[in-house]
Amino acid sequence: MSESIAHHDEHRDDEASKLGIWLFIFTELLFFGGLFITYAVYRHAHPQAFHMAAQQLDVAVGTINTVILLISSMTIAMATTSIQKKDKRTTLILIGITLVLALVFLVNKYFEWSAKIDHGIWPGSPLLEELGKGDTLFFGLYFFMTGLHALHIIIGMILIIVIFVRVRKDKISFDNFQLLENGGLYWHLVDLIWIFLFPLFYLIT
Amino acid sequence: MSDTTHHIVPYRTYALILLLLLVLTSTSVAVTQIELTRWATIVALLLASTKSAIVLAIFMHLKFDQTVYKVMAIFVVLVITAVIILTFLDYGFR
Amino acid sequence: MSSNTTDNTGYKSYLEEDGGRKGIFKWILSTDHKRIGLLYLYAMMLWFCVGVVLGLLMKLELIAPGKTLMEAQAYNATFTVHGVIMIFLIVIPGLPAVFGNFMLPIQIGAKDVAFPRLNLFSWYIYILGGILVIISLFGNGPPDTGWTFYAPYSFKTGTNMLPAALGAFVLGFSSILTGLNFIVTIHRMRAPGMTWFKMPLFPWTLYGTAWIQLLATPIIGITLLMVAGERILGIGFFDPAKGGDPLLYQHLFWIYSHPAVYIMILPAMGAISEIIPTFAKKTIFGYKAIVFSTLAIAFVGYFVWGHHMYTSGMSGAALWAFSLLTFIVAIPSAIKVFNWISTMHQGSISTEIPFLWAASFIFIFMIGGLTGLVLGSLAIDVHVHDTAFVVAHFHFIVFGGVGFAFFGAIHYWFSKIFGRKYDPSWAKTGWIIFFIGFVTLYGPMFYLGIKGMPRRYFDYLEEFHGPNIISTLGAMVMVAGFLIILVNLIKSARHGEKTTEMNPWGGTNLEWQVPTPPPLENFDEIPVIDKATYKYD
Repeated sequence: MSESIAHHDEHRDDEASKLGIWLFIFTELLFFGGLFITYAVYRHAHPQAFHMAAQQLDVAVGTINTVILLISSMTIAMATTSIQKKDKRTTLILIGITLVLALVFLVNKYFEWSAKIDHGIWPGSPLLEELGKGDTLFFGLYFFMTGLHALHIIIGMILIIVIFVRVRKDKISFDNFQLLENGGLYWHLVDLIWIFLFPLFYLIT
Repeated sequence: MSDTTHHIVPYRTYALILLLLLVLTSTSVAVTQIELTRWATIVALLLASTKSAIVLAIFMHLKFDQTVYKVMAIFVVLVITAVIILTFLDYGFR
Repeated sequence: MSSNTTDNTGYKSYLEEDGGRKGIFKWILSTDHKRIGLLYLYAMMLWFCVGVVLGLLMKLELIAPGKTLMEAQAYNATFTVHGVIMIFLIVIPGLPAVFGNFMLPIQIGAKDVAFPRLNLFSWYIYILGGILVIISLFGNGPPDTGWTFYAPYSFKTGTNMLPAALGAFVLGFSSILTGLNFIVTIHRMRAPGMTWFKMPLFPWTLYGTAWIQLLATPIIGITLLMVAGERILGIGFFDPAKGGDPLLYQHLFWIYSHPAVYIMILPAMGAISEIIPTFAKKTIFGYKAIVFSTLAIAFVGYFVWGHHMYTSGMSGAALWAFSLLTFIVAIPSAIKVFNWISTMHQGSISTEIPFLWAASFIFIFMIGGLTGLVLGSLAIDVHVHDTAFVVAHFHFIVFGGVGFAFFGAIHYWFSKIFGRKYDPSWAKTGWIIFFIGFVTLYGPMFYLGIKGMPRRYFDYLEEFHGPNIISTLGAMVMVAGFLIILVNLIKSARHGEKTTEMNPWGGTNLEWQVPTPPPLENFDEIPVIDKATYKYD
């Protein structure tokens, strides 16, 4: 692999890797876009059932998770500022806060899901079958979309852990921080999707 | 090869933006808790769109980046919108 | 043109440069875009042979009414696996993965693609997708849903459709990453002086294609995940019994799979746009018109998916909107055909083998395109929907379009890629036999479709017997032609006469200004572009 690594380093092009991550974000938007289309179609078909089903979700938990993600978005964005100010310590703290917040989000999600499952609501559960088609679809979408979103949170966390280690080892520094910025962009994508998931599942009651 | 001049966004901007986002979030929660029937949905989605536009512009630096990213992002949003509209030409007129 | 041979001293071609690796590792660990292009070529060649055999088996089954070779279930599995292999493993990656990888960096004056390691990774994902498709053949029996995996049957069938659908999902991922790589490469790595409108047309079509790959493929990804969720968890997204709407599956499926047709055909058009000016010795007619029609096809092609669903029960409003858009998307395709023919007009045409493929491409593509308009008009589609007419139409477009362009491209760039010459008389023989076989195979199916023979049945009424015999004979002729082409190319790639001639056809693009075969990073010195391409004296 020697010639390719040398090749890679010689021609470091931050703008190219940023464009790359943006294109990947566009792909992800369309990926979730398919689910939003599905949501829109089924909500259009079962407005009343969706209305009733949404009331069973806890607005407080949803709001807390929204706030958590918004703050974590800010901290990772601030990290790109601190790294440019050559402030490694603050950068590490900011990245660390982002990671902790992501973890809190997942813990909240876990309790929320297990509460639902305890009440007999999971994809394809007998209770849902009783509740009717609208509820089946609403909770099917709820578990599928928030589950896929949680998967993206986990992927994002892995990425941010890698970035954390690299900042510590000074492999990411004030003149070479594209990976940090890209990781941040990916993390904001996770936030963007949640910004829409939150009203669609929790608020529209 | 680095031909970008990075715009260093001050911490204060990010903090203010977060504050704005939190205000918008609580507005949408408040609006949907009082019964505004179908308007609640529209208001909530409009607020969500505003919030995502702010995240895109500031947190994701679109405001400071080269034009090409803005053009692409707008194009992608338009494509998604067009697909939803076309799909609803079917479901809306069944 | 004899003076432009490569000076062989002090230069190592990419085929000799092995990065210190041995045997197969020279290939599967190399991040050189040219080697990766060839890796795709070899994998696709194997898949294509499998797909051709399956196709031939179907045609043999249809040589007479009733059971000839296989029962209904085996026939269903055969057309499904044929479709999955041909669509997801061959024509969608097709020209971008092979010739895009090989030629794109050279044509825009770059040393490699933007992300060489990601490029190799895409190939591994492609192979993984292929393995999943192979796995689907075992266990509960190969999938029998058709390559479209239509719900609700796709989650009710007892056959092994899950691995096949996951295979398609994984292959989509490979396609997305390739598209991403190409967009970044084109944006960031064009040689100095190569403005957007000095870029050759093949990269332009790859650019349009890459955007479709990027924005359409995720939709099928999520759709197949939803089908998987349906099968594993019984969520009910597409299950009418649980409130789901099978029509929504069709919408989501075609939101990807119709643009996928443009993923296939745009690079094919790009290759044709390279071949025609070279052999007409004339500047391409209407360069900008071709560029804009490429972008228009890519864009409008995204919004015509509903024409696959005229008889599925969509609303009237959606019907006319999709029909209108379908007719609109035909216009840029027609512009291209017009431009190719105008390029040939008053050119000094030499009928070399690549040109023969390109000319026959235009002929086949026009038949395929015009019958597409027949299908795009609402009233007629009701009559011919799901008949042999549709099968004939899309084989003219997809196989005729992509296949002919692919063969044209490989005969065009063969010496550049392998540094050897192929036998032109065998190549010509292969082409004429293939062409005759192709028309004889698919031509009668238009007639059969109009007469009402449905597609996807192993059996048919006695009155359809005659044309089916002709069609099956055509299939045999076409396969014979294919074998001649294949054997000629493989033999020539291994033992053909060596050549270092840089520009055997007198082409004007950058790939004809690098040594044959190109060195590892293509250019010793990145060229500076100061004039538009396709200029002939």
